[in-house]
Amino acid sequence: MSGAPTREVARRVFAAEFNDATFTFKESDDERAPLYALLPTGERSNRVFVAGTLTETEDIGEDSEYWRGRVVDPTGTFFVYAGQYQPEAASTLRDAETPTYVAVVGKPRTFETDDGSVNVSLRPESITMVDEAVRDRWVVEAAERTLDRVEAFDEEGNEYAERARAEYGEDLSAYRQAVLDALEDFDTEADVPADA
Amino acid sequence: MSDLSDTAQEVHDDLSEHVDATVDDVEARLEKLVTEYKVPVDEARRSVENHYLDEAGLDRDDLAGGGGNDTVEVEDVDEAEQWVDITAKVVELWEPRSDSVGQVGLLGDPTGTIKFTKWAKSDLANLEEGKTYRLGNVVTDEYEGRYSVKLNKTTTIEEVDEEFEVGDNEDEVEGALVDVQSGSGLIKRCPEEDCTRVLQNGRCNEHGEVEGEFDLRIKGVLDDGTDVHEVIFDEEATEDLTDIGLEEAKQMAKDALDTTVVADEMRAKILGKYYRVTGPTFGRYVLANETTLLDDQPDPESVLIRARSM
Ligand SMILES: [Zn+2]
Repeated sequence: MSGAPTREVARRVFAAEFNDATFTFKESDDERAPLYALLPTGERSNRVFVAGTLTETEDIGEDSEYWRGRVVDPTGTFFVYAGQYQPEAASTLRDAETPTYVAVVGKPRTFETDDGSVNVSLRPESITMVDEAVRDRWVVEAAERTLDRVEAFDEEGNEYAERARAEYGEDLSAYRQAVLDALEDFDTEADVPADA
Repeated sequence: MSDLSDTAQEVHDDLSEHVDATVDDVEARLEKLVTEYKVPVDEARRSVENHYLDEAGLDRDDLAGGGGNDTVEVEDVDEAEQWVDITAKVVELWEPRSDSVGQVGLLGDPTGTIKFTKWAKSDLANLEEGKTYRLGNVVTDEYEGRYSVKLNKTTTIEEVDEEFEVGDNEDEVEGALVDVQSGSGLIKRCPEEDCTRVLQNGRCNEHGEVEGEFDLRIKGVLDDGTDVHEVIFDEEATEDLTDIGLEEAKQMAKDALDTTVVADEMRAKILGKYYRVTGPTFGRYVLANETTLLDDQPDPESVLIRARSM
């Protein structure tokens, strides 16, 4: 372990796929090694960048403030949790007037619910208010990056695709459909003929 | 004593443009110092050169242009304080910010562009935009990873008739601004000459406790989902990016009794937005020359066609 660690890329992933990324792993036994969520389309993700609509915020903490925000994209909802260790993000959620467009940089985290199922959430490094242009650009970008992963899924030597296949199976049609839904939902003047 | 006659020949050649002395003359002076006064040859050479320079009313600097410099291209400039010759076109002239600067602007050759500064006291002829010059004896300099050349009173300027396309040594990166790193916002730099280190708690690593000078800087991260690029915005680029200038930033810090409010305010304005940045790469950083906010409507159609064809 020498040299400066390189910064982890922030993946672009729609909520529909993010919330399915229940399998997490580390690449080494080192306690401080980064934690990755395995995306079903075959990529590891230690960080994501999301832009969407913050629709609700709620302080669900008992002893101290613990904020939950719902950030919605065209395919589903990201659950963002911020407490005392994310003071800036927590105060952004506290002060936010919903609905509003936000950009979130954060880390995927999983937790087990009482009924034993695994939920995926987002621990924010930052949350900022943005405008619709950012959100629109993100939707198209997330669509492209998702298609990139889907295309690379069957490539030989794609280590994370192999692991995803083992963990989640090889049917990616839901994520391709999420891309279609997100883009067809797009409110542009350049309406695309529905020939698909 | 063939060593001495070689040295004498060299000294004579270096000085011949300015000084009317024979090689024998020079050798005699050298020999006197070396054999009679036991002065080392190097020192004797210095002394003899100085004698002739004094006689001619010249500075040692006036000699430096007498050849021996490397002729370099813009992209080769990667070290400060080198004396070089360069042939370049004046791409842009800028407004000098200080009285000590006669002209400032951008030079370019086929390999790229580089800032130049001509000191007011250099008494050189003015360069004209769009013309190409052979510049003899300019000195390289570096600030925050960005190189420049300085024209001084020993610099020779010769207009030349060379046509070329000015090259582009800039990189272009784009993505969402996902992080504003520590050391951003309103910072203080060491005021010691040629130091400019950023102070930590009022201390310079090199010079200890000093009265710092305020500056603006952002160290940001652009991320396109595939790659990350670290970008440094200097004072001007930071003001472009955030609409917060140095004076306003100082006032904000004064009102809040805290300099960190500046970085906080900047974060709120720029984090999560998409930018395209062009500028030279230095080490792990791209130095922002030009920054564009990417806020035009994206076109989903090509992506949609791609998704349908899969
Ligand atoms: Zn210093």
